[in-house]
Order: sequence, then structure tokens, then C-alpha cells
Amino acid sequence: MGVLLDENSRVVIQGFGGAGQREAKTSREYGTQIVCGVTPGRGGQILEDTPIRNTVREAVDEFDANVSLIFVPAPFAADAILEAADAGIPVAICITEGIPVQDMVRVKRALDGSETLLIGPNCPGVITPAARARAGIMPTDVYLEGNVGVISRSGTLVYETVDQLTRAGIGQSSSVGVGGDPIIGTTQAEALALFEADPDTAAVVLIGEIGGTAEQEAAAYVAQMSKPVTAFIAGATAPPGRRMGHAGAIIAGKAGTAEAKKAALREAGAMVADSPSQIGETCLEQLRSAGLL
Amino acid sequence: MKLHEYQAKELLARYGVPTPGGKVARSADEAAAAAEELGGKVVVKAQVHAGGRGKAGGIKLANSAEEARAAAEELLGTNLVTIQSPQGQPINSVLVEEQIDVARELYLGAVIDNQSGRPVVIASAAGGMDIEQVAEETPEEIHSQAIDPACGFQGYQARALAFATGLDGDLNRPAVALISALAQAFEENDGSLAEINPLVVTGDGKLLAVDAKFSIDDDADFRHRDLLELRDKSQDDPLEVEAEEAGVQNYVKLDGDIGCIVNGAGLAMATMDAIKFEGGDPANFLDIGTANDPEAIVTALRLIGADPDVKAVLVNIFGGLARTDVIAEGVVQAKRDGLIPQPTVVRLAGTNVEEGTRILDESGIELIRADGFADAARKSVEAAVGA
Repeated sequence: MGVLLDENSRVVIQGFGGAGQREAKTSREYGTQIVCGVTPGRGGQILEDTPIRNTVREAVDEFDANVSLIFVPAPFAADAILEAADAGIPVAICITEGIPVQDMVRVKRALDGSETLLIGPNCPGVITPAARARAGIMPTDVYLEGNVGVISRSGTLVYETVDQLTRAGIGQSSSVGVGGDPIIGTTQAEALALFEADPDTAAVVLIGEIGGTAEQEAAAYVAQMSKPVTAFIAGATAPPGRRMGHAGAIIAGKAGTAEAKKAALREAGAMVADSPSQIGETCLEQLRSAGLL
Repeated sequence: MKLHEYQAKELLARYGVPTPGGKVARSADEAAAAAEELGGKVVVKAQVHAGGRGKAGGIKLANSAEEARAAAEELLGTNLVTIQSPQGQPINSVLVEEQIDVARELYLGAVIDNQSGRPVVIASAAGGMDIEQVAEETPEEIHSQAIDPACGFQGYQARALAFATGLDGDLNRPAVALISALAQAFEENDGSLAEINPLVVTGDGKLLAVDAKFSIDDDADFRHRDLLELRDKSQDDPLEVEAEEAGVQNYVKLDGDIGCIVNGAGLAMATMDAIKFEGGDPANFLDIGTANDPEAIVTALRLIGADPDVKAVLVNIFGGLARTDVIAEGVVQAKRDGLIPQPTVVRLAGTNVEEGTRILDESGIELIRADGFADAARKSVEAAVGA
């Protein structure tokens, strides 16, 4: 049933402020088990029908939390991720935008060999529609239960993509926002591997963007996948050397361009949409040609 | 945030990187005085945030204080157009430095390698050139060492880079110290890019950082208040500075004529792509983020509306955290206040879209409504052509 989240997911929210409370409510209405909130110094309170604890360890011990959703502000977010890992949380999803890159360098190093899988930061989170499991900030009504996995660096562009898929009658097994930062916990290639191994996923849609070489690494993996991949790369019109909102979306060298990434994905056998308004149609075409429709 | 050459050198010098004797000057008189102090034979270097200054005429040799004065007069107050900044950047200061007797030029740099998730120190014996070109044409001349954040940059790594680039014999010890100093400065100041290019071996066998670049991770601003004071906003696009001061963080000015207001960086890039796909050209990248405050939307719209290049505006919102009703209110208010005289295409989807649509419907304001992404892009291109 999709990847990373299922009906047994028990979510603790780290940083239970405005955004955390709002998203706890939306997720709970969707059907997700939000079991606890963590805000240091507020342990023992109940906010938005959610028991609050001081530490992630308590959330694990008392509420069997197995997913952490992190909204902690950027200067303290690295600390929050490491606390989740130390408490043995298997899946930590960090929404926070603007974490210093060198903080992520240290986090990535510390998570080497750890049991914790980090998704994000600077991502919209993860949703598995069939399990009504949502750990993120995405609007729920665009998602439809189905067998296509979605991976994206961006938030709103993935809502747009999923909306196009849903309107075309293509449901999703899970949607994973890997994040728009230069250094992220789970790469596009690693997320592809999760979907390749998931029996409920038949095909994958990959939404990349300019900057870095993550799409080329993803392409290398696409070439050995058994499941068909449809892709789009945002930023074909972005000028080099400028940061386009996302810290990771900056073209430095030819590999960072949309053109180079599209070429690598096509070479690997993915079907690549040229316009962002054609992602849904392109996926339909891909599913038809793979005999999945 | 980018530092000027003289600021980067001051920062690196604090860590023990040797730099040429020099002084920053903001007037021709100051430049002449600095040249006098440095013995007359100097280089006058325009301080702008762009590479390729030499080729663009931004670096001048002067053999006397009077020549230095003339060089500074020629540079100061003008715009330097380089390959990296076609629209030019204002020269408000020059760095007056002693002339160096160059025996060899090398390259030394530090950058974050996204793939390995580590900072990397890079050295090459091919100095004074564009390092990307070197990497492409002669990759064997690029040597690199990744920094393990658990234990920091080690001596053996500095030695490996020094030996690989021919800095041996008497040069080895100072080279190791210099390379280690750059790595330390990069780590301690949240560097996103540091370059010493060229790193020079002088005729009398000394190492000197003859040019230097240093950029600081914008997301780490909060722990480098001291360095923030070094920021020179005159080097940035004035519209972008205005946007930032108004609290619109993610605005990048482009060459086209369709102003874009979008929520989310990915969707904002995709919107630009869709405009291009339909045959138009975006005037900007703008991500309003999750600004759930009509005032912030109005500010963003005012900026776009005031851009003389903009012939049509496209508002493309897919509400997640951002609420389309709040954005609709902002659009209506900006239109009523005459802040966007250009024809305006609005496409709303996602959170509270019924309410957002109702606000637009009931406003009685002339807007071009779009249904879906492709329709929005197409209509904005038509509107710009018709304007």
C-alpha cells in the first residue's frame, strides 16, 4: 500500500505551533492518526485535541509514534531531525524551509547508517491516499487512490501535477515531496527505488527542476527500473546563476539545466512532458503504451 | 550574499590567507592616496559582484599615484558590463593593490557538493581561468577533497591538494596553511562558494591570494550578523531590492513582458515554462510563498504592475497552505487601487477556490479568467500581444 505511510502510521508533529496545529487538524479530518505534538516546555498540555510532550522520546514511548512531521523553525530544525532519529523514528518528514546548507551537511553525516529515513527538508510531505495517511501540508481533495507513485522537488507544482492526474482518472499510490533544498534526506533516485519495490505502484511520475544533478542520478536508476516513468523538469526558462526560490534551484554548469536533465531522463526511457500543462496527458500516454490502461 | 573582493580578502586574511597590500577607495583622491602609500605601482580593480572584470576593462594598471587617480576616475560612478552581468553593475568602490610579480597562477576554491552532501575543497594548477572550463576540458587538472563535518578538514587533505598542484618544497608548508585556512573560513562562515583565483606564486617564491570571492549561504544569515553589514545592495537589481524590502523574498527580474505571480517555487518556474511554451516571455520569477495576508499580495502585485516592461500579468495560484480567497482579495484590492493597469489573467485552484472565485465574480473588476494551467498561460500571452 504505497510507500512510507500506511494505515499503521502514527504521526508525531514536532513544532506544534500554528502550522503544526492546522495541519494536524487537516490530517486528522482526512483520516490520519496524529498521536502527539512535541513542543519543548509545553509537555502535558492538550492543543487542537492533541496531547503535547516535551521530547520525541516521550512521543515514541507513550504513543508509539513511528512517523515524525517537523515544522520546527529553520535555525532549530537540524536539532529536531536529529532528535527524531535519536528517538528511533523510522520516517522523519521535515517541512521547514530555509535550513542552512551546512546544517544539512552535518545532519546527513549524522544520519549515515541510521535507521531513520529523512524526507525533505523544504518539502510538502508524503500522502498515501488508500490509507488516508497524510503527513504534510498538501490539499487533500486533489488526491485519488490509485497505483501511480508521484515524486517531486516542489510543493505547489506537485498539487498541479496530481490535479492533472486525478482529472485524467489516474489515482496515486503515494506522493512523496523530496524537497527543494540542495541537500535532502532522500533523493529522487532513492524515492524511485521505494516505488519500484512497492507492489501497489505500477508507474511513477517524477517532477524535477533545474539545479544540481539529482535528476541525472534519478535517470540512471530509471534505466534499470521495471516500472514506466513519466517526468517533467521545471525551470527551462530560468537564467543561469540565479536562485529560483528553492535553495537548490540554481543552474551552475550545463548539468543543472532543464535541457540536460530532460535529455538524461529520455535517454533512460522516461517519457518527458515539454509543458507543465501536459504532465497528465503524458502520463496517460505512458500508461497506455505500457499496457497499464 | 556575495562579498566584494576586498571584503572576501579581509575575511580570508583573518584566517591567515596572505593577500597583496591594498586599500579600498571610493573616490579618485582616495585612490591616489592609496597608490602613494603603496609605492605608486598599483592595480586599480573595480569592486562589483561579477566575474570577468579583467576582460570587461574593470582592472587597470597604474604606475604612479596620478595614473591611479585617472584609472579610478574612469571607473568610479560607471556601470561595468561583464559576461556575467550583461545589464552592468555600478562601480562604487575600487580596490587599489600593489602590483605582483607573478611566477605561477593556481586555482583554489570551496563549494558544497550536493551529490555527496559535503563541502569540497578544490585545487588546480590551471589558475586564472574559468574553473568550469577547466573541469570540462581537462578534468584531470581538477583535484578535490571533501570535508567530513564530523572531524573537519584534515592536514593530509591540504597536503594532497598542495602536492597535486605542484606546491612542494619550500612552498608546501605555507600552501598547506593557506588551503586549511580557506577550508576553515568556509566552514565557520557558512560559505556557499569561496574562490581564490588566481592563487599566485610570486617571483620571490611567496603565495598570495590575488583575487578572491566569497558567498555566504543566505539561509545562514541569522548567525552572521557581522558579515551582513558588508552587504552592498547597489549590486543587486533595484526592483529585486525593493521587492525584498517590501517582504517579497523570491523575486527575480527577467527579460520578458508577462509579469507572473505564483505560489511556490516549482509552480512559479513551471508557469514561466508554460508561458514560453505558448510563445510568450516571462518578465519575472515571483514566488509569493504562503503569504496569507492580502497586504503582501498587494505589495507583490504593485511591484509587478510598476515594472515598465510588463504588458500583461498572470496570477497563477494552486492553494495548499496559501488560500485562494485571500489571494483573490489581494488581486481585487490591487486592481481597485490601480496598481496593476495591465490586463490581468487569474487562475485559481486548490484551497478555498469556491470562495476565491466568488470574490472575483462579485468584485465587478475586469479580469481575464482562466480555467487550468494551459489556458492561463495562453491567455496571458494573448493579452501581452494585444497590449
